[in-house]
Amino acid sequence: MRWLRKNIIGIIAILVLIYLFIPIAIIIVLSFNKPEGKFNISWNEFSLDAWTNLCGVPGVCSSFVTSIQIGLVSTLIATLLGSMIAFGLVRYRFRGRSTTNLLIFLPMATPEVVMGASLLALFLNLRFPLGMGTVMVAHIMFIISFVVVTVKARLQGLDPRLEEAARDLYASPRATFRYVTFPLVLPGILGAALLGFSLSFDDFIISFFNAGTLVTFPIFIWGAAQRGIPVQVNALASLVFIIALLIVLGAQYANHRRRRALEAPLPSPVLVDRMSRS
Amino acid sequence: MADSAHPVEDLHLRNLTKRFGDHAAVDDLTLTIPAGSFFALLGASGCGKTTTLRMVAGLEDPTEGSIHIGDRDITSLRAFERPVNTVFQSYALFPHLDIFENVAFGLRRRGIKDVKPQVEQMLELVELSALARRKPTQLSGGQQQRVAVARALINRPDVLLLDEPLGALDLKLRRQMQIELKRIQTEVGTTFVHVTHDQEEAMTMADTVAVMNAGRIEQMGHPADIYELPRTVFVANFLGQSNLIQGSADGRSGDDVLISAFGETFRVPASRTFATGSSAVVGVRPEKMTILDLVDADKVPSDHNHLQGRVTDVSYTGVSTQYLVMTPWEQELIVFEQNMIVGDRCEVGDEVVVHWSPQHTFGLDGTAGTTVGVDPEVLDLEAASQALISDVSGS
Repeated sequence: MRWLRKNIIGIIAILVLIYLFIPIAIIIVLSFNKPEGKFNISWNEFSLDAWTNLCGVPGVCSSFVTSIQIGLVSTLIATLLGSMIAFGLVRYRFRGRSTTNLLIFLPMATPEVVMGASLLALFLNLRFPLGMGTVMVAHIMFIISFVVVTVKARLQGLDPRLEEAARDLYASPRATFRYVTFPLVLPGILGAALLGFSLSFDDFIISFFNAGTLVTFPIFIWGAAQRGIPVQVNALASLVFIIALLIVLGAQYANHRRRRALEAPLPSPVLVDRMSRS
Repeated sequence: MADSAHPVEDLHLRNLTKRFGDHAAVDDLTLTIPAGSFFALLGASGCGKTTTLRMVAGLEDPTEGSIHIGDRDITSLRAFERPVNTVFQSYALFPHLDIFENVAFGLRRRGIKDVKPQVEQMLELVELSALARRKPTQLSGGQQQRVAVARALINRPDVLLLDEPLGALDLKLRRQMQIELKRIQTEVGTTFVHVTHDQEEAMTMADTVAVMNAGRIEQMGHPADIYELPRTVFVANFLGQSNLIQGSADGRSGDDVLISAFGETFRVPASRTFATGSSAVVGVRPEKMTILDLVDADKVPSDHNHLQGRVTDVSYTGVSTQYLVMTPWEQELIVFEQNMIVGDRCEVGDEVVVHWSPQHTFGLDGTAGTTVGVDPEVLDLEAASQALISDVSGS
């Protein structure tokens, strides 16, 4: 009883983690499966087929590449536009500024079904051919909001004296931006881009409305689910998960190293003194 | 470091004014800061000293007036075009650059290719060579402060501006940095303009102090001169402590002006009187006064100013003893006495005579009262303790 009381939090934590990771674990495990019949839902036999032949099923790899293309292009454009909007909103006072601040939030608050459907209506009215272009326009639109919010937060946290110090130290407005403002806001911009890419990569609803005959990775999976999802999908999903995991671990490691460096003892005053004289 | 291309020149502020809406933060300021001097702008927060500094740096545009260095008008130059550098309050070091790059920043922006020898020499001057590759957050407050100084000084500005540079440091470190800054200033010979609200800091470091109040300069001069002879009630209260007695100037006796207050008459040399009308304030610094038991009243030199009172508080501080003396008109005066003699101190309740030389007396314009320039918190505290005393004695 006492043992339980002491460890109850740990036990609950482990249970929650298991709950969170079981679906991912199953996907990874089943990527090494050789299913019996169409549906890859129960373990049959170990096999590396899906991993050695990633593009073995027609449409898997092309949809995967399509999604990556859409993700990269939309993220790039949305990050650029969103960062500029954030700078404008934080740095300048103009008419309609608070309205813009409010409107920027709307795409995040609008249900995706509504946004997807209304975009489709718009494209049809304009007789704009559906395809990669329309999906990108749609993605750029909703990623911008997230970029603006993230970059704005970073900019607002920036000490204005740092830019004043740069100006005081002979940096022209352009140089101030390049050597001080931009490097300091960059982590925020990168974070926004990462978020934007992942939002774009796994978006289904909005893409589905506006894709026409284009097949993105989520659309492919949705279609395949009707007939039995090929093992390759598990393998690709596992791959994405592992890459994401590596990025997170890499960031953690860099953070850890930075903190270790901070905690490292400073050279003793005597040593500093001697070194400064030599 | 004294091999600058051009000689150091005076900084002139002419009719400098900065208005924010209706409020004049800096009000028609005209001032010359001599080349190579250590100049302190002293004032309470909101007196316009930081705004003045920011206008010199080019970070704030003056509403009116001009700024010259020597004959060059720099009023319309932008911050990055001015031969002026700033040590910011809380330093504003670039967190993404290491110490070396922070110090090299100004040189690099001016397109100087080989920055290494200069940066190394500068880091040596501030004794931080060993920490060149650290990031600012890895340094202590005092070290960051020295980096901020090095980063500004490496550009050999005509004027170095320091905005409350020691405000973030604890007392002991501040004392140490005061000496350090003074040493650096002597070594490089650059004009330092130092903004501070700490009167002790201004007095120890600067060769010229300007006391600012409400956007104007109240008095300017060598710290000792201002302390010994304040010209306004504000300066008398803000710079050190003063005993000020409200009275009226109503006569002369030879070279002395006679100021009467509460039935007493005080002599103030005419050269030490700045009262223009009849309303005047008699002032004297606490350490200039001597306290005597009433029975020794005949020992008071005949030409000294004196008054009677009762001791209400005695605090022994080692070097000196601080007395509070209540005058017959219920005003508490502060008297500092050096502990020269062992024993024989006055005690609480003693009837005493306090006297001082007319040469240590000053006469000020009395139209604004006697409390201008006293820290408002001190006034609040006094009022609160008065209320407390009457409360306790009443119940």
